Formats: sequence, structure tokens, C-alpha cells
Amino acid sequence: MAALKIKKGSSSHSAYDLRDSHDQIERSHTLAVIVDNEAGVLARVIGLFSGRGYNIDSLTVAEVDHKGHRSRITVVTRGTENVIDQIKAQLGRIVPVHEVKDLTVEGYPVERELALIKVAGTGDKRIEALRLAEIFRANVVDSTLESFVFEITGTPEKIDAFADLMRPLGLAEVARTGVAALSRGA
Amino acid sequence: MARQMTGAKMVVQALKDHGVEVIFGYPGGAVLPIYDEIFQQNDIRHILVRHEQAAIHMAEGYARSTGKPGVALVTSGPGATNAVTGLTDALMDSIPLIVLSGQVPTFLVGTDGFQEADTVGITRPCTKHNWLVKDPAKLSETIHQAFHVATSGRPGPVLIDMPKDVQFAVATYTEPKAAKVDHYQPQVKGDLDAITKLVELIETAEKPVFYTGGGVINSGPAASQLMRELVDATGFPITSTLMGLGAYPASGKNWLGMLGMHGLYEANLAMHGCDLMINLGARFDDRITGRVADFSPKSTKVHVDIDASSINKIIAVDLPILGDIGHVLEDVLKVWKSRGRKVNKPAIEKWWKKIAEWKKVNCLAYTNSEKTIKPQYALQRLEELTKGMDRYITTEVGQHQMWAAQFLGFEDPNRWMTSGGLGTMGYGFPASIGVQIAHPESLVINVAGEASWLMNMQEMGTATQFRVPVKQFILNNERLGMVRQWQELLHGERYSHSWSESLPDFVKLAESFGWKGMQVSDPADLDDAIMEMIKHDGPVLFDCLVEKHENCFPMIPSGKPHNEMLLAADADVFKEGAALV
Repeated sequence: MAALKIKKGSSSHSAYDLRDSHDQIERSHTLAVIVDNEAGVLARVIGLFSGRGYNIDSLTVAEVDHKGHRSRITVVTRGTENVIDQIKAQLGRIVPVHEVKDLTVEGYPVERELALIKVAGTGDKRIEALRLAEIFRANVVDSTLESFVFEITGTPEKIDAFADLMRPLGLAEVARTGVAALSRGA
Repeated sequence: MARQMTGAKMVVQALKDHGVEVIFGYPGGAVLPIYDEIFQQNDIRHILVRHEQAAIHMAEGYARSTGKPGVALVTSGPGATNAVTGLTDALMDSIPLIVLSGQVPTFLVGTDGFQEADTVGITRPCTKHNWLVKDPAKLSETIHQAFHVATSGRPGPVLIDMPKDVQFAVATYTEPKAAKVDHYQPQVKGDLDAITKLVELIETAEKPVFYTGGGVINSGPAASQLMRELVDATGFPITSTLMGLGAYPASGKNWLGMLGMHGLYEANLAMHGCDLMINLGARFDDRITGRVADFSPKSTKVHVDIDASSINKIIAVDLPILGDIGHVLEDVLKVWKSRGRKVNKPAIEKWWKKIAEWKKVNCLAYTNSEKTIKPQYALQRLEELTKGMDRYITTEVGQHQMWAAQFLGFEDPNRWMTSGGLGTMGYGFPASIGVQIAHPESLVINVAGEASWLMNMQEMGTATQFRVPVKQFILNNERLGMVRQWQELLHGERYSHSWSESLPDFVKLAESFGWKGMQVSDPADLDDAIMEMIKHDGPVLFDCLVEKHENCFPMIPSGKPHNEMLLAADADVFKEGAALV
């Protein structure tokens, strides 16, 4: 038997062993969680992420089957392969969860997000904002003499890029829906 | 024929339809309609507790000793919040419970009404599932679903929160058979290819070990039976977690004893050195694995579990089998027998020789004394004098719990009730009452420490009122023994708040509740006292004054692998240094 290697009185040992951190690669995964649209179901899903220390990068939820009272929760999360597997298994354990789909594993999914972006300014900046909006196929949905509200749809990266360009032009407010996603093909 | 009734009546009717014989509860404003219905019937017995936490632990003791779900009834607000510790305990240890809570009327929900709490919000993370029933038409179906969810798949506690106006309202009663439960149907049959692969591993393994847990017990007595058959037929050694004790008999020839932080030397070394680990319904808890990176480094690991989230959570396994232990074992036996019952006999014999060497270490050895009662000795005597009896054991949490697991032998499942996952001090006493209610003729002993026991001592009144003859076997060291042990070994002997000051006179305390109180301090008196305790027809508070500074060994210090166990002998070396300081 190996000799005991802890030093008497050492306080470096707590009642809990900190796990060795394996340097595995973290990846972003888009999960679609089909749930019964009942009271508290979103709290269950979110509570699972916060309670177990998982990340939520984006979250969208809406009833997609009014007759069957089913909602689709799209969660973009990040973690090592083990963590993602654990997240899926934990989600699957929630009683009103019918199905957990890992769209990232199923293939590169179609991901879209909608954003409303308010840009305030006058003169050249205002013209430049409008020109860029055209390039990004953003629509003007509200306009005053000093501001625009653009509506833009696309991948989160595209929206990030557009918002970044608007920043020096008078970006005032951003509202984003979070990602809605579907797997490709039939 | 559709029956109309009030929500409160539905509750009682649904409980009857599910065969509930006893509920543990405490009345209050928001559950008065249900209490009124309980008053007007005689089929369901109500045990009035003294604190809601104890009601949940009693229901746990009842559930674990019978295999049936336990039922508790609490009022809104403080009634529900007091239940939280018990619910968390049941969730961690996978105990099926149905907890019914009252709520303020629906029109007051959200107004910070008197005794209002967001019960479903508070209990969401500590139940398997919970419901707030606002529509009386859905109440009976929800109760049926609750029974289904609590008892299917990996069992667990569920809670139904019922506003008071829903209890008064009249609606149609849904019969249990008509309730929709189809969407929650966990998979019970294991994948046959994986099972065949497991059989191949069994056939060739040279150093195998069965590592079993509470899942075997939860799967039902048939699973334990099948497991015994497989273990005995293969001749493989078997160890178990704290939660799984009794699934394989302690007198069985392949039994290695409990594993883990305070598990047996031979069990832990077998886990460390094995080449095939077959995990049946255990979850690689941190008290079992020690340092994860060095956990059983050379083994092929198989994990059979009904909960997919338990697989690969902490330890990556080579062969996962998702399913109910009983169903999977049935198939394993079938396939293994059909392939000719093969095992690698010479290698297994060699493996047993190695294990025999480890057994020689005699890891549970301790220095006995003629002057003071050693806690280990007290448990050895308790075991000697009660084994073979129709006996159920519960425990509190701490050193005494580990000693009980080491020194008491369990021959059957459902005979050992302890708080494993949550480690709830105060669990054992109420749990023992729940067990005794389910088994009125049996001997029910709660092995306790004085500190844990005081946490729910108010239940003495419950035991007296319902004539529950539980035996409280308190190993009194006037210390929070396990805390003290850690402080001695790891915190420079700075005993910060780990002693029990101002203890009551336990004998007088017992007598004040109409119990029998006993105190023993001389080892020579122990046997007679234990016999007197057993023979007494009524509850007994047995104050066993034991050695105050005894440490519990073996011990794997946290963060160490299995092969770096600390035995009592090492500790003496440890202490010589201490004497000089």
C-alpha cells in the first residue's frame, strides 16, 4: 500500500476533489428541445442549465404545434463532447421533454436570427447606415429624421457584423430574437 | 360512470385507488379540506408528524422498506419549505414519493398571501417533476400521473401543489386507467447487442468485479435475485455502494463488503486492480471514485443504468447499457447460459487468491478497550445479538453510519435505509418510524450519532402517539465525529465547533415522552443492555456512551485514488507525530 502522502494539518484537501481539467475542445451545439407547452417548462430547462453550470449562448422558445401544445426550445450551448452529451441526457430526463435533437450533430443546421437595430444620427452617417443596410438586406421598419430602426434576418454572425458596422454610425439599441434552427434535408 | 366530487375528495379517492395505506402529514390552513376528507374515512391511515421534514423522511423510510411509493401531505408556505430537505434527499437517493402540498387559493397566488410560497418554483430542482393544479378537472389525472412518474424509470419524489379553492371545487373524477401517462415511458429493456458484448467480457475476464448500487434495490426484489444468481454462477467478486447493501447477502461467499471512501480495503483494491468492472445501478459518486483520473485505470467498464444521464457523467465507460437492472440481468443470464456458462476459471481463481491477500490486511481492525465502549464494538455486538432477526436498520449521517455499513450485515434488500447522496443528518429517526409503520412486527433500529439524532428529536412525540416501538441506538461521543475526524486529519486538529455541548439527559428525555431510556458506558454491560432494548415493547432511547476520539477507517482521503487508503495502523503513526506537538 502506498504511504499516505497528505501532510498533517494541510488544508489543501477539502471534502471535495476538484476534477482534473482535461483540455478537450469546446464546441458550440444547437439543440432543439420539443416540450409540452405547460407552465414552468421553460424554467425547468433554464434551471437545469444554471443549476448544473452549463452555458446558454442563445435561447428561443415558442409554441410550434398549437393543437398538440408543443413548444420548440432552441438552445445554443457550448461545451466539450462529454458535457454536450450530459446536457442532452439531462434534458431528456425532464418529464415534459419529448425529444432532444442535436442539430449540430445531425449536420450543419440552418440557423436564423432576427434583430431590430436602432441607429440614430444625421448627415453622412445616416446615409452610410442606409447604404450598409441595403448591402445586408436589412429593412427599414421605422424612420424619423434622426433615426432608423432596421430589421435584419440572418445567422448570428451576420447580425454581429451588421451591428459592429452600425456602431460608429450611431448604434443606439439592439433587440435580437435568438437563434431558430432546423436541420437540413428531409 | 363519471363521478363528481370535490378536489379534496378526489385526493383521498386517488390515493385509495393507488393502494395507499398510510400517509405522513401535518395539517394547516391550505390543506384543511383534504384533512376534512381524511377525517371521514378509515381506509387510509394518517400519521401526524411533528415537523414536515420528518414527514418526508418517514415516507422515504416507508418507501425504501416496502418498495412502494411513500406519500406525504403538507400545508402551504412553511409546510412546503420544510419539506425541501426531504425532497432533495429522496431525489438524490431515487426514492419514489408523492408529496401533496396545499397552496393559497388561486386568486391569491402571486399576491404574497398568508403562508404563500412559490412551492413549485422552490421544489422544481428537488423533485423529479412537480405540478401546480389550478383546474379541478385536471386534479385526479395529475395525481395518477404523479404516481406513474414517481415509480417509473429512475424513481424519485414528485410534488403536487393544490390551491385551496381547487380542493373545494367539484369536478369529474378521472379513473387511474383513463389517465394519460404514455409519453413518460422510460426504456427498461437493454440493447441485446450490448448485452451479448457484456457476456463476451464475462467469459474472458481475468480480474472481474461487480460494482452494484441502489439501482439494483430500486429495480425490485427480482433484480436482486437475478443478480445473486449471476454472481454466484460466475464466481465473480461483488462489492456495493452504501445504497446497494443487502442486494447481495453479506454472508454470500463472493461478498467483498462496501467500497468507497470508508469502504473495505479488499473492495477498493479489487476496484482499482480489476480488468472488468460491471457497474449495476451505481453512479460513480465522488465518494466512490476518489481521484477520477486514477480510478480503476486498467479496467474495461460496463455500466447498466436506467438513467442515461448517469452514464458517462463522471467516468467514461466502455460499454453502456441503458435499461432496468432486472430486465437486463434476465437477458444477460439467458445469453450467458445459452453460450455455455463460460468463465475464465483459472484466472478467476488467481484473482480470488489476490483478494484473499488483501483480506488478510483485516482493514476493519481496531483497538478494543475494556474501559470504554468502542463504537465499532457496540455495532459488532448489535450485529451479533440481532442478526437472523426480522430486522430493519436506518442510520443518521456520519461516522456511525459508516461503521454501521462496515459492521452490520445485510442479507436482503430493503432492510437498510440511509441517506447516501444528500447525507442528511436527522434522516434516520423519522425514517425508522416510517419503516416501523410499514413493518409493525419487525425490529427497527436507528443507528445514530447524538448530533444527528437531535436534529429531528421532536418526532419522539409521533412515536409515542402511534405506539411505534423504534429503537434509537445512539453512539454518543459528544462530538460531530466525522467533522472532528476531518479536522484532526486535515485541519491541524483545530476542532472548530465539532462537539455537542449542552446535551440533554437522554434517559430523562426518553421518559418525558413516555419512552424507555437507557444509558450504557461499560463494555461489560453492553450485551445485556442491547437485549433489554430489543425486548422492550415500545420505543427505546439507547444512549451508548462511546470513545470520544475514535476515527473511522479505512479512509480514502478525498482526492486520492483507491490504492492510497488510510488504515487505522497508518493513523497511529500519524498520531505519534501529533502527540509531540
